[in-house]
Amino acid sequence: MWASLPLLADIPLFPETASAQAGPIDLLYWFEVVVSAVMTALIFGCIVFFAWKYRRQQGVRPVHIEGSTKLELTWSILPFFVMLIMFAWGAQLYFAAQQPPNDAMEIFVTGKQWMWKIQYPDGNREINELHVPVGQPVKLTMASEDVIHSFSIPAFRVRHDVVPGHYDSLWFTATKPGKYHLFCTEYCGNQHANMTGWVYVLDQRAYAKWASGGGAQGTLAEQGEALFQRLGCATCHLLDQQGRCPILRGLYNKPVQLADGRTILADDAYLRESILDPNAKIVSGFTPNVMPNFKGQVSEENVIQLIAYIKSLSSQVPASQPGPAVAAPTAAAPKGIVRRPQ
Amino acid sequence: MATIAHGEPEAATQTVNYLNVEHGWKSWLLTTDHKRIAILYLISITLMFFVGGAFAAAFRINLLEPQGVFSAETYNRLFTMHGIVMVFFFLVPSIPATLGNFFLPIMIGAKDLAFPRINLLSWYVYIIGAAFALFAILRGGVDTGWTFYAPYSSTYSNSYVLAAAFGVFWAGFSSILTGLNFVVTVHKMRAPGMTWSRLPLFVWANYATGLIQILGTPVLAITLLLLAFEHIANVGIFDPNIGGDPILFQHLFWFYSHPAVYIMILPGMGVISEIVACFSRKRVFGYNFIAFSSMAIAVLSFVVWGHHMFITGESMYTSLAFSILSFMVAVPSAIKVFNWTATMYKGSISFDTPMLYTFGFIGLFTIGGLTGLFLASLATDVATHGTYFIVAHFHYVMVGGMVMAFLGGIHFWWPKMTGRLYSEPWSKFAALIIFVGFNLTFFPQFILGYMGMPRRYHAYPPEFQMLNVMSTAGSSVLGIGYLIPMIYLLWSLKHGAAAGNNPWGATGLEWKIQSPPTTFNFDETPVVTEEAYNYHELEENGG
Repeated sequence: MWASLPLLADIPLFPETASAQAGPIDLLYWFEVVVSAVMTALIFGCIVFFAWKYRRQQGVRPVHIEGSTKLELTWSILPFFVMLIMFAWGAQLYFAAQQPPNDAMEIFVTGKQWMWKIQYPDGNREINELHVPVGQPVKLTMASEDVIHSFSIPAFRVRHDVVPGHYDSLWFTATKPGKYHLFCTEYCGNQHANMTGWVYVLDQRAYAKWASGGGAQGTLAEQGEALFQRLGCATCHLLDQQGRCPILRGLYNKPVQLADGRTILADDAYLRESILDPNAKIVSGFTPNVMPNFKGQVSEENVIQLIAYIKSLSSQVPASQPGPAVAAPTAAAPKGIVRRPQ
Repeated sequence: MATIAHGEPEAATQTVNYLNVEHGWKSWLLTTDHKRIAILYLISITLMFFVGGAFAAAFRINLLEPQGVFSAETYNRLFTMHGIVMVFFFLVPSIPATLGNFFLPIMIGAKDLAFPRINLLSWYVYIIGAAFALFAILRGGVDTGWTFYAPYSSTYSNSYVLAAAFGVFWAGFSSILTGLNFVVTVHKMRAPGMTWSRLPLFVWANYATGLIQILGTPVLAITLLLLAFEHIANVGIFDPNIGGDPILFQHLFWFYSHPAVYIMILPGMGVISEIVACFSRKRVFGYNFIAFSSMAIAVLSFVVWGHHMFITGESMYTSLAFSILSFMVAVPSAIKVFNWTATMYKGSISFDTPMLYTFGFIGLFTIGGLTGLFLASLATDVATHGTYFIVAHFHYVMVGGMVMAFLGGIHFWWPKMTGRLYSEPWSKFAALIIFVGFNLTFFPQFILGYMGMPRRYHAYPPEFQMLNVMSTAGSSVLGIGYLIPMIYLLWSLKHGAAAGNNPWGATGLEWKIQSPPTTFNFDETPVVTEEAYNYHELEENGG
């Protein structure tokens, strides 16, 4: 649909259109611009016309008019129907923007006064630069070390606040190789205006070449494993037999039975909380105050590495091993699961 | 009923009126006369307007260069103090505390507000709040943005957050007291015959505003107290590092601050209703719809705050509800615009200065309102949130709307307040300059916003420079436009021609009494026998 309107993208003073989402959002934007322009022209036109036509003239009396319920209803209801279109259209695009496809490539972003730290699953790390392949859905999982930031790529028409204390996410599919602005759009202190960077959209081959370097310390999961050992997690979280703490193999994205009776999905948010504040949710059958509190001990980037490691344990469950004691047998989430809003 | 004196050359200074009945600073600082308190407020908020304007002039200069002219510290303080001063110390009190204070009692035929001493108290409370804010400015300023978002404000900022927040907290009580006074006065002090359906629309608008002030402002006070509590006692309320929730702050803050937008615009809408009727020589079209739309706005304004958090991580369904509610609040605003326009139809329109401001208001408020639809719509909000698009949108409403209405109201009622006429050529010239300057300043910001330029940046990529230079150029025109009325209005106090009791030939009780009014407004309590805006009869009788 968007391809049929190539001229709009060439209007100067208009941002580049470089993601799959950008076109549909622009279409809604132009719809709103046209509606606004028509309404403004109507009001301005009436004012100018009435002011000229009914300007004060000798001997011409104003006409007494009380009002008109018919007119009132018309100009209340008709605009509201147009607004309902904007509402439904906007909501539909917004919903789509909140649901990343399953095959999205995951990249991790940590906001910190005043820089963006990027971590890739293969272990690459960057600051204020984000490299993504063209045509590939990319999901960003974002955390903040300090205050509220907001991650914005105008050319993609994507933006999401990065609120400290939990994960935020957004996703996009870049459609045009090039170099695009990356901004922080929530005021975050002194150097807020310098919390900017560049997004590089590369074609598949260039991306593969860029990514081939890999991380100096191995993949993100390998970095997490090293950290897992260094922090002593392995002494209690034994991999294949029950230790003092729950088995982590096969845990990721599976339901967990909690001591308070709730069942919760072991997603990124749950794992992050359980690392930083282990007593917040105790797994059924385990006792609190066994694991130390890691809040302030590990950075958000470290947490991302640890979660990547835990995640990697799920993709390599040996066939002979029984599933973890805490995981229900089916992958499908049973009813009553507490899901954090994204 | 319609005995109109058109600009009788009456020597205003010779009659006893509220201005010359007593002399000396004590007679002003201890007055309980609503008109004198209105003048005290007018002087105070005008000073604050020029303080806030000076900050704006300074940061517009900074934005001439992509790398910025001043340091980041300076720039961040400039835009923060501009916002705090303009929102809490100019816009919120602007029309209610000045024109409302002066005319609301007169328009309903009362001698004063219901609680004259509380009225004076509200001014002192305002002054103390303003003093704290000015103290924070002089000590080096605040750098949190006027929104005080936590945890930046509570934990990270090294500026005078507490002093400024205390000033805002304190000034809030002055707003509550004014609102309380208005609501009680409208309920209890109406003259015989002044039924609810005969109330001038300016009174309806201030009544609706009063309700929001009473119900909303305490939430702001609570929010700022919690912020101070976290700041001082290190108790985790908003900062997640100590167990708080930063989004809670936003919910609380916007629960007040979105209705506050309507505290700022509703009284302006009331002014426009008065002016458009007077200079079209017609009853306001759809009186009931305009009156009820003020009440509808007051109610709906409390249920739209979530549209400030569409990208902050509230659930999809919460966003959905706030999106549709935000569209709904646009309906009563649109009703007003349509009715004002329809009032001009088959009128007898003259182009006196108040009417020029009214044209400006209707046009600019229409643009401000329509661009609000972009922000109520979820997907386009995501694309424009935190950019100059938002800045342009709310300046079209607050400056294009409210400041235009304020100036229109001042020019409309100045002859009544002072007994003097100002220079028509100069005032028309100023209105034109302000309209041009305003559009040149803020229209480019819509374009900048969709291009992605974030707000609150002291430095920006070079491709945004051209539009920023245009905006700064416009702001200097606008600044000059605001200075001109200061000069000719003050000049008119000494040298203006005597205004007479009813220079515009307007209906309404305030035009039936002496200019300037006496201390108790009416020699005897008026009896109202006609509806508001009875221009019909006035014209029939050859007014």
